[in-house]
Amino acid sequence: MAQGTVVNRPGRRKVLGVYFRNNWQLYLLLLIPVIFVIVFKYAAYPGLRMAFMNYKPAKGYAGSKWVGWETFEKIFRDKDFHRALKNSLAFNFLDLLVGFPVPIILALLLNELRFPRYKKLTQTVLYLPHFLSWVIIASVALNLFKPETGLVNILMKKAGWIEEGIPFLTEKWHWAVTYLLIGVWQNMGWGSIIYLAAITGIDAELYEAATIDGAGRLRKIWSVTLPCIRGTMVTLLIMNLGRVMGSNFERLDAFGNVQVKDFQYQLAIYIYEKGLAGSNFSRATAVGLFQSLTGLLLVLGSDWVSKRLGEDGLL
Amino acid sequence: MQNTTKAPSAAEKKPSIWTGVNRVRISDFVIAFVILILSLTCILPFLHVAAKSISSNTAVMSKAVYLWPKDITFEAYASIFRDGQLVHSMFYTIGITLAFTLVGMIVTICAAYPLSIKGLKGRPFFAFFLMFTMYFSAGLIPEYLLMGDLKLLNTPWVLILPLAFSPYNMLIMRSFLSSTIPDSLYEAAKLDGADHFQILTRIVLPLSKPIIATLSLFYAVGRWNAYADAKYYITKKALQPLQYLLSNMVLSSGTDAISLSENAAVVSTPEVLQAATIMFATLPIIMVYPFVQKYFVKGAMIGAVKG
Repeated sequence: MAQGTVVNRPGRRKVLGVYFRNNWQLYLLLLIPVIFVIVFKYAAYPGLRMAFMNYKPAKGYAGSKWVGWETFEKIFRDKDFHRALKNSLAFNFLDLLVGFPVPIILALLLNELRFPRYKKLTQTVLYLPHFLSWVIIASVALNLFKPETGLVNILMKKAGWIEEGIPFLTEKWHWAVTYLLIGVWQNMGWGSIIYLAAITGIDAELYEAATIDGAGRLRKIWSVTLPCIRGTMVTLLIMNLGRVMGSNFERLDAFGNVQVKDFQYQLAIYIYEKGLAGSNFSRATAVGLFQSLTGLLLVLGSDWVSKRLGEDGLL
Repeated sequence: MQNTTKAPSAAEKKPSIWTGVNRVRISDFVIAFVILILSLTCILPFLHVAAKSISSNTAVMSKAVYLWPKDITFEAYASIFRDGQLVHSMFYTIGITLAFTLVGMIVTICAAYPLSIKGLKGRPFFAFFLMFTMYFSAGLIPEYLLMGDLKLLNTPWVLILPLAFSPYNMLIMRSFLSSTIPDSLYEAAKLDGADHFQILTRIVLPLSKPIIATLSLFYAVGRWNAYADAKYYITKKALQPLQYLLSNMVLSSGTDAISLSENAAVVSTPEVLQAATIMFATLPIIMVYPFVQKYFVKGAMIGAVKG
């Protein structure tokens, strides 16, 4: 009964009645999260109609005019939007390009590491950056990378490698590289866990067989480990592809400054600046809707592809 | 995590790891060295900032502080405590974090337990209804206006309630429940006349202690680190959480400006004071981190199994 294997007998109603008498408590429990998502999430959806209005905060929904697709036409002609969209896509793709292989390589290295205590200790250390906020990471980065007072620049000057401090965080091209690498660094340890878990699941006999066949270490990685974690790799790759329209406001905000605005100006920043800071609610909502919808389509698309490839879906 | 499938390594079989088929090779040291370098990148930056924060002004100005403090002084920390702003914010943030974790766990359990029961009528619908918001959000402005309508702007509640239900954590909890708690246990409890509340509180929750610990930590760390929602929804200084305060003090000011009040009687240079501020906000995490780290890994693995 607990598992509710309800049998369809003629007295269907009665059966349902018994079912609910036995299980009403489950629905009462479910009511709490349902209320939470309705009040704090679903209740925000009607606000999306702002995207099709010329919304004036002072007039509210009732007093504001409907304008149809005008706002969207405007944003697609808006240079700022083009820049934000281009930056978002470019940086998310680059993030994926550099960020995807690193956890895999790290997992392989950790798996090959022979000294168990050392391994445990280094793993603990490598997961640490994942638990620090972007504010802290960016603040520490400033201490390392400021042109005049940053430790890295000081050391390189002392070693005589450079004359002037390198503007790691204050010139847009340098910033792009630093920003991307710090992102990779922050996620590499945590990202490796999932691959280590997959590697742990590999049948030890495969390795023994490979050893008997005379395979060396690299050969075993290439012919046993990598093929065995292929599924995990594909799933994660597709899942990340589904996120290329997303954005991490905190990371961008923490690393932002006037000198790097050209590249730091991405969709999340656009929405924040036009919307909350600039009170252009309709335009910010329209861009947000665009971002959410394309994001949803990408996720659905990746799920479909992933299932077609015979991997587990995401949904 | 600790025991790799590969070669139950020679280290465990008593004979020396320096001889035999599984002996340690040069490549082992190369790997260990690469891992060492990567690990150092995760430690040294913080060591540098920590060293700076307890060094004298002159030592820092003459750029002589690397990883070890020079002319140790705790003056910068003293002025942080005299000022009181950050200390207040720290306690406030701890309070918010605890409340958020508690509410989050209650809501998550209330969702995960029913959804882990196979025969629940309407299960796919409820699952979809609760998960949908993860894939499609209304966006910043509609949510901002909603918080306004709910009268939550500029209250601590705006940091506690809206994010309390995390679909992702719910998924982890649900897959834990459906994989670890055998159906036979429910059957037995049913036969003994237990209802769902009793099963939940007397059987399921005691068996779920590890996952409850893990998810509580996920919630707590998430709340502790997040500051975007504070930036959107809170303008009153006294209600801003620590990370947001830190971002205002160290990042937004652009130059080295940092604002502690007059009676903090600051003698440290901005450089040192900033380092101390950063350490002040980082130390709580670094101190608890080693002890709770293993729970995180467990959670990540369960999460990994179920995407």
